[in-house]
This record gives sequence, structure tokens and C-alpha cells, in this order.
Amino acid sequence: MSQTKREMLVDPLVDNNPITLQVLGICSALAVTSSLQVSMVMALAVIFVTSFSSFFISCLRNQIPGSIRIIVQMVIIASLVILVDQILKAYAFEISKTLSVFVGLIITNCIVMGRAEAFAMKNPPVASFIDGAGNGMGYGLILLMVGFLRELFGAGSLFGVTILQTVNNGGWYVPNGMLLLPPSAFFIIGLIIWAFRTWKPSQVEEREYKIQQVEAH
Amino acid sequence: MSDTQSPDNNDAPKGAIAKFLAASPDSVGKTIFVAVAVCLVASMVVSAAAVSLRPVQESNRLKDKQVNVLQVAGVYEPGIDVTEAFAAFEPHVLDLATGEFVDDQFDPTTFDDIAAASDPELSVALDDDPAGIGRKSKYRVIYLLRDDSGGLDKVVLPLHGYGLWSTLYGFIALENNGNDIYGLQFYQHGETPGLGAEVDNPRWKALWNGKKLRDDAGDLQITVSKSQPAAGPDFYIDALAGATLTSVGVDNLVKFWMGDAGYAPFLAKLQAGEI
Repeated sequence: MSQTKREMLVDPLVDNNPITLQVLGICSALAVTSSLQVSMVMALAVIFVTSFSSFFISCLRNQIPGSIRIIVQMVIIASLVILVDQILKAYAFEISKTLSVFVGLIITNCIVMGRAEAFAMKNPPVASFIDGAGNGMGYGLILLMVGFLRELFGAGSLFGVTILQTVNNGGWYVPNGMLLLPPSAFFIIGLIIWAFRTWKPSQVEEREYKIQQVEAH
Repeated sequence: MSDTQSPDNNDAPKGAIAKFLAASPDSVGKTIFVAVAVCLVASMVVSAAAVSLRPVQESNRLKDKQVNVLQVAGVYEPGIDVTEAFAAFEPHVLDLATGEFVDDQFDPTTFDDIAAASDPELSVALDDDPAGIGRKSKYRVIYLLRDDSGGLDKVVLPLHGYGLWSTLYGFIALENNGNDIYGLQFYQHGETPGLGAEVDNPRWKALWNGKKLRDDAGDLQITVSKSQPAAGPDFYIDALAGATLTSVGVDNLVKFWMGDAGYAPFLAKLQAGEI
């Protein structure tokens, strides 16, 4: 790896973002982003899990038998996720009720598994930790962007604090109810991907097929 | 993975542990060892976390239950002191079969009717079990809310039953006539978010307000279904779209707990003015 540690941390934020470039972890990004507070807790949980799972898997990488490596990775990831779930239930009960199954589903988040398999199995622990944290932050960044837009325009508030006084409460803003429903996150993530690829054209994938101009006979 | 050797111990003198660490991870012995060791360590971490955090989680759950009692009776406002507001509710242990309070046998503040359902002494197995709960505790903890002059205002009754994936635990609040529903709300369930979990949707919960359990003839008519039953709009809750089985579960559990196997003896007493 020729990357410096700083690059490892910053690269996944924009240049190699797990959601916008690799299009991983979309499911939970749709489900938990209806408010900013929940998005933030979810982002922190994923950062914790990706960084520590990468770290522990990297510590064991020379000892993990190839035949059961995925299972060993899963055991480590699952334990960390349960740990996060238990801590949330103890100290952030309301939020853990809102997140419901999605904390548990961090286990199946492709980003965690992807970093374990692609990076942590081949690199030393500290680098893996930073790589995991970077990718978790890349995921979290998109989550916060989506959560910001959805809560602000869907409910007129940020972190539960009213910003745009809604009509229901005697204000002027008519909230866009669709933004509180999961499909809206699809549109927002799509627009973010578009924006990122316009800003960094190198992220645009090559077309698999090109429409050929054929001369008429 | 082909980079099997850890490079630093290649020529160092080896103890038993170093030799083991340097051995190929793909051997059968090592595969089994790593599998067992990882599982052991992981299970210890998980169970240590679960055990050490349980007291905090329990108190959260208790408080959440209290908040739900307050909400279903319509006295909850964000920011109020839950413990203080909850003190206005009078807990009683109710013998379901007789409809009498048995507070002298059990302490209503500590009696756990959910745990009692799996105690053979305190529960009965159900043959006719529409709510899908298997066993029912003979006793339940209910709450009475009195108005300022000491007259009965509302009763809050716990109920539970199986939905699609999970048992739904909740409360129903009835007006003092024991027939008009004030509200219904679940505090714990594992239904599908966005579908069955819409039982938590405020708009759906609001449908329950003002409905009636029984018609003038005393027959239990309350129904959660797709279309309005013959009994009329007073007894009808529109089922949740996209959550047929959860709705059926709610229908069953409300009918079960409001029926003869549930609170019917108590409600009869309530209507007769004996509470």
C-alpha cells in the first residue's frame, strides 16, 4: 500500500466513497435517514464497527484459515454489532427503538465485510483501523447529508429543533411528506452520486456497451 | 490467503506457542483451534456486555412502559416527570377469572405478569388461543386513573398477542364506563418497519379513540378489518395497509383480551359500578 495514513482516512470521503462510488450500504442509508439525530447515531455505530472489526481481523489475519475466513470475520463483526446494540439499548433507548433492526443489520452492511475482506486481511492493524474508520466516515458523511435534507425539508427541523415553521404549527412551510418516506432517500442519493461524478469525472464508469452507428446498406 | 507465515518468527528460536502461531493456518488442527478460540472470545465479550448493561436496560424498559401507560391514557407530554406523573396511576393486581383485585396476595408495583405467564402456578395453558400466546397469566397488573374528585376516570389494561413476526405488547385505555376506548398503543413489538410497525403510527392509533367494545346487546363487536363490519362504524378500526397479518394479530389480541378469557369479568364489574 503506497497510500499514506491520511489518504486512507480522507480518500473514502469523496474520492472512493463506499455509497456514492461503490454503491454499498444503500439499504440502511434509505431506512434510517429520516432524521438527522438517528442518522448520526447510525453513522457513529458503523464507524465503530468498521474500524474495530478491521483492526481485530487484521490482528488475526495471519492466523485465520482461508477455508473459514468469512465465518471468522462474521463472528468478529457480529460481536461488535451486538456490543453496539447493547450499549445503545442501555444509554440511548429512544434512538435504539427508532433504529430497531437496522443496528443489527450493520452485520450485513457490505461496507464492513468489504473492508474486512479487501483491506484488513492484507494490511497491518493500524492501517486497517484507519481504513475502516475512513470508510465508516464516508458512509456517515452521505448519511448525514441525506438526513439533513430529509429532516429539513420533510419535517422543517434539524436535530428535532424547528428551523422552518410548518403550516401545522401555524408557520408558513408546507413540509414535503415524501421526504420522510424511504424512497426519497433513493432520489437524494442518486442526486448526490450525480453531483459527485460531475465534480470528479474520473468516478464516472465506462459504459459496458456502446451504441454503434451502423451505416445503412 | 497465501501469505501464511508471519515473517518475523522465521528464524527465531521457537517455543511451543511461537511454533503454533507460525504453523500454516490451513491445517485442520489450526482451523478448529481458531474457530473455537474466536467463538469463545466473541461469546465472552458479548455476554459480558449483555450482563453488565442489563440493569440500565431494565430501568429504561420500565420507564418506557410507564411512558406508554401515560401516553395511552393521554396524560403524557414531552418533558414531564414520568415517575411523578405515573404516581397518579393506581396499580392493582387483577384476578382475570373473577374480576377482583388481589392486591393482598401480590404487590402490584413489583408483580411481573409477563413472567407469571410462564409460571405453572400462576398461569393456565390456553386451548382456544387466538392471540397466539400459549399460556396466560391468571393475574394481570392494571392501572386506574382517577379524576380530581376521586371518581374513576380511565382504566389502562395490558394486552399482548402474536402479530406476524413477534408478540406485540401494549396497553388499551378505556373510559370509566368500561366500554368506550380511549386509546390503544404497543410498547414492544418486532413487526416490519414501515408495514406492521405502523401500529405505532399516531394517525392509526388515533382511530381507536372513541370506538366501543360491545354493542347494546353486550356482544363484543370491536373489529380491525379491511371493510366495515355490519355492527357499524363505532366498532370498526380500518386495518393497516400492507400489514394484513399484523392487523389480524391486533384484531385477535384485542378480541381475546376484551373477551371472556380476558377482562370481560372485570369490565362487567366496572359497568355495574363495583370497582
